[in-house]
Amino acid sequence: MSDEQLLQSRRNALKCMAYGGAGTLFVLAGGVFSPVDLALAADDKLGTARLGKPLFVQISDTHIGFNKEANPDVNGTLTQTIDLVNGMAEQPALIIHTGDITHLSKPAEFDLAQQLLSRLRTTELHTVPGEHDTTDPTVTEYFNRFGKASDNKGYYSFDHAGVHFVALINVLQFKPGGLGTLGTDQLAWVAADLKGHSDSTPIVVFAHMPLWTIYEPWGWGTGDADQLMNQLRRFGSVTVLNGHIHQIIQKVEGNMTFHTARSTAYPQPTAGTGSGPAPLKVAADQLPKMLGITSVSIVKHPRSLALSDTTIA
Amino acid sequence: MTLGQYRSLLTAASVAMLWWAATCSPSAAGSSDPTNILMKDFMFAPTSLTVKAGSTVTWVNMDDEPHTAVSDTGLFRSAAIDTNESFSFKFDKPGTYHFTCSIHPRMVGTIVVQ
Repeated sequence: MSDEQLLQSRRNALKCMAYGGAGTLFVLAGGVFSPVDLALAADDKLGTARLGKPLFVQISDTHIGFNKEANPDVNGTLTQTIDLVNGMAEQPALIIHTGDITHLSKPAEFDLAQQLLSRLRTTELHTVPGEHDTTDPTVTEYFNRFGKASDNKGYYSFDHAGVHFVALINVLQFKPGGLGTLGTDQLAWVAADLKGHSDSTPIVVFAHMPLWTIYEPWGWGTGDADQLMNQLRRFGSVTVLNGHIHQIIQKVEGNMTFHTARSTAYPQPTAGTGSGPAPLKVAADQLPKMLGITSVSIVKHPRSLALSDTTIA
Repeated sequence: MTLGQYRSLLTAASVAMLWWAATCSPSAAGSSDPTNILMKDFMFAPTSLTVKAGSTVTWVNMDDEPHTAVSDTGLFRSAAIDTNESFSFKFDKPGTYHFTCSIHPRMVGTIVVQ
């Protein structure tokens, strides 16, 4: 199948999903990342089988516990998101949550989030914490529930379908006035972790805060991310997934694709609009179009991955 | 009265009550309280505050987004302070104390205790 045919079949398949909102499909092939705008009309009879099995779905910034005007029902929008994922014709092999699971790091918020997420048909869930998950005085609520994978360090790796996944934490060790930080211990661990993998291994790196500087005045970046990128540059396919900013921003740099996901709770303003990254209040009928997930499929196994953003509208 | 005005009044009333509760002093209630630091528009206001030893400083969040007040030295660390909530800490020893919001580390402030 040619790339053009592949794009066409994907477009049709996604149309068939009839999710309703405006979505954008990203196809990554040979290091070239091309967005394809989707008009999600439900007039196509093509099945989703040709889309291939989604490798994983990224959920982000669920902010359970948030109850302000921007979205008084974050439990409801997370439930809608879970219904969306559960309704996919092909279930993803795993789910990644890129942090800010809760709004205030309260035990009851974590418990409710876990209860809601347990409805996912795909049971393999991998998480990293956001800065909203680590505000409890002892920074233990997140780790008590999700710390096992990383031996309570917050960073870990695993393999699935020939893809190497690296989960990183960049919301601790804040320097006042600064960006997110990975820290020397974690960077040394990444170097050792990647050492045994050939350049042709597709790599997925995920962390809460963007691993590239999107807007420094709002702390939308990671101060020592360059040291990480130097380690990743040799690989033929690197996908870097983050949350934190509640909107989609992406860029391609060589063989590296950077992408931030939407929140399932509330949108945030574009960089520099207003006094800070506060919850953005929009009309009720507009909100679902600004919330959603990112799903990632293997396009030409194992060389490349395709990203697709879907709203819950 | 519009809903917005009503909400503003409610917010103002609840914040005033928080200050009252935090300071337990009728004369201390109000926006000019010299031991209060507002968290507003992603800034501490004032960014620098001078108090006498033994004073209790109260941080009050006016934003729709939670903030924290975390000492650089580990002397104090609030939990997430949600909208209209507050956090207080008593400064016994003279010195200069820097703090930041761990959720928004661009927010920084200083307390000078005399």
